[in-house]
Amino acid sequence: MSATATPAPVPAPAAAPQVSPLRRAVQRFLSNPTTGIGIVLCALVVIGAVFAPYLSPHDPIDQNIIDRLAPPGGDFPLGTDAYGRDVLSRILWGARVSLIVSLSAIAAAIMIGGTIGMISGYIGGRFDLITMQVMDVLLSFPSLILGLIVVALLGPDLVNLVVAIALTAIAPFARIARAPVLALKERAFVEAGRALGFSHIRVLFVHILPNILSEVLVMGSLWMATAVRTEASLSFIGLGVKPPTPTWGGMMRDGFENILDAPWLSIWPGLAILVLVLGLNMIGDGLRDATDPKLRGE
Amino acid sequence: MTILTVENLVKHFTVTKGFPRPVTTTVRAVDGVSFSVGEGEAFGIVGESGCGKSTVARAFLRLVEPDDGTINYRGEDVRAARGATLTMLRRRMQIVFQDPYSSLNPRRTVGQAIIEPMRVHGIATGRAARDKAAALMEEVGLPAAALDRYPHEFSGGQRQRIGIARALAVEPELIVADEPVSALDVSVQAQVLLLLKNLQRRRNLAFVFVSHDLGVVRWFCDRVAVMYLGRIVEEGPVAPVLAEPLHPYARVLRDASPVPDPSLRGALPRIAGEIPSAANPPSGCHFHPRCPVAQPECSVSYPEWRDRGARGAACVLV
Repeated sequence: MSATATPAPVPAPAAAPQVSPLRRAVQRFLSNPTTGIGIVLCALVVIGAVFAPYLSPHDPIDQNIIDRLAPPGGDFPLGTDAYGRDVLSRILWGARVSLIVSLSAIAAAIMIGGTIGMISGYIGGRFDLITMQVMDVLLSFPSLILGLIVVALLGPDLVNLVVAIALTAIAPFARIARAPVLALKERAFVEAGRALGFSHIRVLFVHILPNILSEVLVMGSLWMATAVRTEASLSFIGLGVKPPTPTWGGMMRDGFENILDAPWLSIWPGLAILVLVLGLNMIGDGLRDATDPKLRGE
Repeated sequence: MTILTVENLVKHFTVTKGFPRPVTTTVRAVDGVSFSVGEGEAFGIVGESGCGKSTVARAFLRLVEPDDGTINYRGEDVRAARGATLTMLRRRMQIVFQDPYSSLNPRRTVGQAIIEPMRVHGIATGRAARDKAAALMEEVGLPAAALDRYPHEFSGGQRQRIGIARALAVEPELIVADEPVSALDVSVQAQVLLLLKNLQRRRNLAFVFVSHDLGVVRWFCDRVAVMYLGRIVEEGPVAPVLAEPLHPYARVLRDASPVPDPSLRGALPRIAGEIPSAANPPSGCHFHPRCPVAQPECSVSYPEWRDRGARGAACVLV
């Protein structure tokens, strides 16, 4: 071995077209057929919610006793309910409640639960033990019961609904964020960060966070589907946003009173929930595939 | 001139296991290690797996907190360092890891990995940092265009070069190389070793080179310490220590290391037994149960350190 020889330059990996990894991930995400269907389904709901004032043929809370329980067709594409309100308009407006409640609840749960889980896993030891036992206590409540307690205590309105659903999702997100942190903090690049003088905050949020983000986001879209269902369930048992504001869960419950005469009253909002939940789940799967770095731009 | 002095370094790990009556065992990973490293010097630490050589490196870098001992870096007490002093010391002493696959963050580009330490230590930002990173890449033998790539696009040897460039980003004086080539293919090992040797010359870097490969240490290091069960049993200039060891363990280690001469095949004496657990080291000299020349007093008390010129060993027969 000659010590004087200079190291030969190592050939670079074969030149690939210069595409940013983010764009590659987006391309991956979009080229997946499942994702495509998911996006279309969710887009339907989002467009309906955003443009509800322009798309809905009638006022969603305008009662019309003469046309009550009208079957689908004609002036009322999806029929009318027991008060003669147009079901299509109510579904479009109800999408707003579903989306706002589930999106803000899950965003809050990701931020609070994710931070708790990451810090807990990173610190470890007794702190981790106690924090996770508190989370286990939260997890031991069925999410609907926990939501029910909160709404019953605080009263049913939009903000309390968000708080209730967020509370039910904090513990799962703490667990989802903690597990990969436990493994990642043992990796040499975390030790390298400390050797390079990085603060714990930097190591945790600049180095560890991007590595767990995809898992958390995948779970986020899946849990958003659950949040949509929880919101609908709470509305169904009368603990949702107060009438006459249209909500999908509330519409299903109202429809139950006339299930034999006018089954569409429960079927349409049920289908709306199905479309949104299915779409969110499909997007979740697509996100997971797109954010895996090993699958990137091969 | 000496830049790093480590005296009587101790790191014990306690493990509590069992229910309902937990049993606490203490693993004496590092049990009183002293050495010093000079400016631009390559100091080797060799020993079997589990002898505590990596823990020594991590303890004096304070990646694990040592339990006892003094660590002095150019007059600065490393163990007492906080805040700005610790940050300054982090800049002076860097580490290159064994596993090039876990030492780079898979979500950060090579450029980000090299530029971030410069920003944190206020060395360079923006355009200047990128130029510096490009220069570092050239210095470790990689094209500057690779800065925008992710670690998974590189081979093990290339990743190790990136890890070296990252360590160099803060312009250190001393690099701890923790088995830097043992995870690499033999053909790549030589390239990386040559790179490290060149860097040592060009930048006057000091190295603490942790390895179990005597051949690599013999070629790379100026001085070497042989560790056994958390203690240094022999230390001195690399050529005499590895050619004619004083300590029986060092002799056994030398004999176990392959000799590139087929005519010597099978003529090597074998070491008896397994390395004992550091949780329950033998009484007296830790090596006496396996030692071919053990004396009666060896099982009673740990032998004192004896200096023999530039070298020294902890053995009654020296």
